[in-house]
Amino acid sequence: MVTLKELATPVPNTWCPGCGNFGILMAVKNALVELGLSREETVLVAGIGCHGKMPNYVNTANLHGIHGRTLPAATGMALSNPNLTVICHAGDADCYDEGWEHFAPALRRNIDMTLIVHNNMVLGLTVGQATSTSQEGFRSRSTPHGVIVPPLNPIAHAIVGGGTFVARGFAGDPKHLQKLIVEAVRHNGFGYVDVFQPCVTFNYLNTYQWFKERVYKLEETGHDATDRWKALEKSFEWGDKIPIGLFYREKRPTYRDNLPHIKDRPLTGLDLGKTDISSLLKDHM
Amino acid sequence: MKTNDFSIMIGGEAGDGISRSGETLARAFLRGGLHIFGTNDYQSLIRGGHNFYILRVKGEEVYSQGDLVDLLIAFNDDTINRHEGDIVSDGGIIYDGEASKITPKRNDLKRYIVPLNRIVEELNGRTIMRNTVALGAAIGLLDYDLTLLFGVLKDSFEGKVADLNIAAAERGYKYAKENYGDFGYQLKKQEPKHKMVLTGNEAVGLGAINAGCKFYAAYPMTPVAGLLHFMAENERNYDMIVLQAEGEIAAINMIVGASYAGARAMTSTSGGGFCLMTEGLGLAGMTETPVVIMVGQRPGPSTGLPTYSAQGDLRFILHASQGEFPRVVVAPGDVEQCFYETMRAFNLAEKYQLPVIILADKYGLESHCEADPFDPHRIGVERGELIVGEYRGGEEYKRYKVTERGVSPRALPGTKGAIIRANSSEHDEYGYTTERAELTKEMNEKRFRKLSLLLKEFDGIETTKLYGPQSADATIVSLGSTKGPIREAMRLLEARGIVTNFLQIIYLEPFPTSAVKRVLDSANKTMMVEHNVTSQLSSLLKERLLRDVDYKILKYDGRPFNPGELSKRIEEAL
Repeated sequence: MVTLKELATPVPNTWCPGCGNFGILMAVKNALVELGLSREETVLVAGIGCHGKMPNYVNTANLHGIHGRTLPAATGMALSNPNLTVICHAGDADCYDEGWEHFAPALRRNIDMTLIVHNNMVLGLTVGQATSTSQEGFRSRSTPHGVIVPPLNPIAHAIVGGGTFVARGFAGDPKHLQKLIVEAVRHNGFGYVDVFQPCVTFNYLNTYQWFKERVYKLEETGHDATDRWKALEKSFEWGDKIPIGLFYREKRPTYRDNLPHIKDRPLTGLDLGKTDISSLLKDHM
Repeated sequence: MKTNDFSIMIGGEAGDGISRSGETLARAFLRGGLHIFGTNDYQSLIRGGHNFYILRVKGEEVYSQGDLVDLLIAFNDDTINRHEGDIVSDGGIIYDGEASKITPKRNDLKRYIVPLNRIVEELNGRTIMRNTVALGAAIGLLDYDLTLLFGVLKDSFEGKVADLNIAAAERGYKYAKENYGDFGYQLKKQEPKHKMVLTGNEAVGLGAINAGCKFYAAYPMTPVAGLLHFMAENERNYDMIVLQAEGEIAAINMIVGASYAGARAMTSTSGGGFCLMTEGLGLAGMTETPVVIMVGQRPGPSTGLPTYSAQGDLRFILHASQGEFPRVVVAPGDVEQCFYETMRAFNLAEKYQLPVIILADKYGLESHCEADPFDPHRIGVERGELIVGEYRGGEEYKRYKVTERGVSPRALPGTKGAIIRANSSEHDEYGYTTERAELTKEMNEKRFRKLSLLLKEFDGIETTKLYGPQSADATIVSLGSTKGPIREAMRLLEARGIVTNFLQIIYLEPFPTSAVKRVLDSANKTMMVEHNVTSQLSSLLKERLLRDVDYKILKYDGRPFNPGELSKRIEEAL
C-alpha cells in the first residue's frame, strides 16, 4: 500500500506557481493511495509539455515518452502485462493535436488503462500557442488575431467513438477529480478523464475563476451515465454552465478479453526458450 | 535434350493467381529433389494490369532467376506481347488458342496451344483452375512426375476443390502428352533433399516467433505485409499479441511500450513508414529499450515504385532520428540469414538495450527460396542483464546506472524493490530528467560504450561472409538480396574463365571494419554491386576504411539484377 510520502520524489517542481497541474498531481497521488496500488506495478506514461513533468514528481514506474504518442506506448505496455496499472497522461496538444490519430483507436480497443488529459487549452511549455481546444477568438502568440475555428469537443468524440468510461474533471476541485480518477482506474477498460487545467501564464480566458463560475457536477443533477444519448447531449453543454463528472459508462469486453489464447497472462513472463516452431517449419517443407 | 536446367515464366492479370501457381510448381519440383528459385513481379493494383512469376529449377542449387526463360505460360494476350522477347530461341509458349486473339510473332518458338478454359468448363470448375491445367501441361512437356504436383495440390486444397484441381492437372498433362512431341527440355527426379521453400517475410516471421517475440504491431505496407500476415496467422498458437496499428508512429511507440513492460517486441515497415517511425526509433535509443524493426526497401523517393525492389535506404537507416545513439543494422541476404539473423536481432536488442534494424528489400522478402530445414536451436534466447522477480541491490535501483560496459542491468516494471523510470529526456541514473552538462556527457558516453562492447561480440559471429576462393581476379562487394544474382553471375564468369569472389557485408552498424579490411586488402580489383543510384555502401566503405572500390555496378530501375546482365557488366569492368 503506497503512501503519499513514498510517492514524493527528490526532484524540485518547476511548474508555474498556481499551475492547474498542481491540482491534478494532488488528485493523482491521492487516488494512487486510495487505490492501494504498488509503486512498482503502477506505470505512469507521459508525453511532452508541462504535463510531461509528472513522471519526475510521482515516484512510481514511468515512461516519459514523446509528444503525442503516450497512448500507443501505454497500449503496448497494458497489453503486454495486464498486472500493471497503466495511467497515461497527455496534454491537450499532446492528445488532441499531435496525437489525435491515437485517440479514436484507443476508444475502440477498450484496453484496460487510464487516460488523463491535462487540458489547459493552450500550449504552455512552448510559451503560449493555441491548441485544438482553445476557444474561438483566443489570442495567442500563434493566433494574434484570435482563433478562427471552433474548438474540438473531445467528450462528444469519446462518447460517439466508443468510449466506455468518459469523464471530465477540474483541477480546481482535486477531491472530485480524485474520485473520477479512482473510478477510471477501477473501470475494466479504457478510463478516460479530460481535466480542465487552468494555465495561469498563457490562458487569460479560461481561468480558475472562469471555470468556477461555470462548472457543475453531473452526479448532482441525477444524470444517468448509462444513457448514451443523454451523455452526448450533456457533452454539448458549453457556456454559462459546463458539466463535469462522469458523462458515460458502458460495460464492454476489453481488448484482451477478446484474446482468449492469452487470457490474463502477461506476455512478459512466458518462457521464451521453449517456443516450438517445428510444425511451422514442417508447413514449409 | 536439356535436363534439369529450366526456367519458366507464368504471366497474367493481377487476381489470376499467378504467384500461387508459381509456388505450387516450385513445391512440386522441390519434392522431386530439384532446386528452385521463384520471384514475382507485380504492379500496385488489385485486379487487371500485369503480373508475372519466374521460376527457375535446376539439378544443383540455384540462387536467382535467369535472364531469359525457356517456357512461358501466358494467361492473356498482354503476356504474350510483353514477354515473347524473354524466351530463349528454342523455347516454348503455352497459351489458350481459343481464348487468345493473337498469335506469338516469333516463329522460332514452339507453340503449345492448350484449351485451358474449355477444359475447366468441361470440369465445371472456376476459371482460376486453368492455372492448374497449364501447370499439368507444363509438367507433361517436361516429362516430369505428375504425382508430385498432385501431392502439392492435395496439401494446398481441401476435399472437392483438391479433386477438381487434380483432375485439371491431369487433363492438362494428357493434352500436352497427346498433342505435342519433344519439347527439348526435361526434368528428372533426383534424390529428395528435404528442403524448405519460403519467402524472406516468412523466414523473418519464423525467426521472430522462435526468438520469443510476443508483441508485434505494424501498419500494412508493401513489401512487408507478408510478415504481418504471417504473424497474425500464428498469433493464437504462439501466445502473441499481433496488432494492426493505426499507423507506423503508433506501431513503433507500441513496441517501445511492450518492450518496456518486458515483452519481446517487433514491428516492420518499408521506407515511407520508417520515415514516420524515426522519432519513435530515437525514443527506443534514448530510453535504451530493446526493439526489432524490419525495413523492407522498395524504390523511392516518396511512393516511388511500391511493388518493386531497391537498396536505397541504407544511409537513411544508419542515421535515422535526431541526435546520436547506438543501433544495430543487419542486412540478411537469403532466407536462412533472415531466420537466424532475426533471432540474433532479438538477442542483440535485449543484451545491448538498443534498436536493431533488419534491413531487407522486396526482392529478398517476396521471392521463394529453398533452404535446409532451419535449426531452431542454433541461436538460443539470450536476454542480457535482466532483473526479474525482485531487485536485491543495496542501493536504490538505477535504470540508467553508469557502468563500465555501458549496459545498465534492466529491471522490468513489477519487479519488487525497483522503480523503473524510462525517459526520453536526458536523464540521470535513476531516470529523472536532467539538463546538467556533465551528466549529459556521461550518459552519451555510457550509451556509446555499448557499441564497443558489441564490436567485441562481433568477433565471434559472421558479420561478413566471403563466397568463392580466397584469391580472385575481382572481389565483388555487396549487401542484402543482391547476393543471389551475384552468386549466379560468379558461376557464369567462372565458365568464361574469370575467377571472382564475393564479400557480403551482413552487419552495417556497427561496421565490421577489420573483417572488411582483411578481405579488401588482399583483393585485386574491387567491385561494388548495389541496387541504388548513389552507391551508398561504397560511401560507407569510404567513411569506415578510407578507401573506394575500383568499380561500381549499380541498378536503379526497381528490377533485380539478372545474372547474365551482371556477369557482363563485371566482365566489362575488368
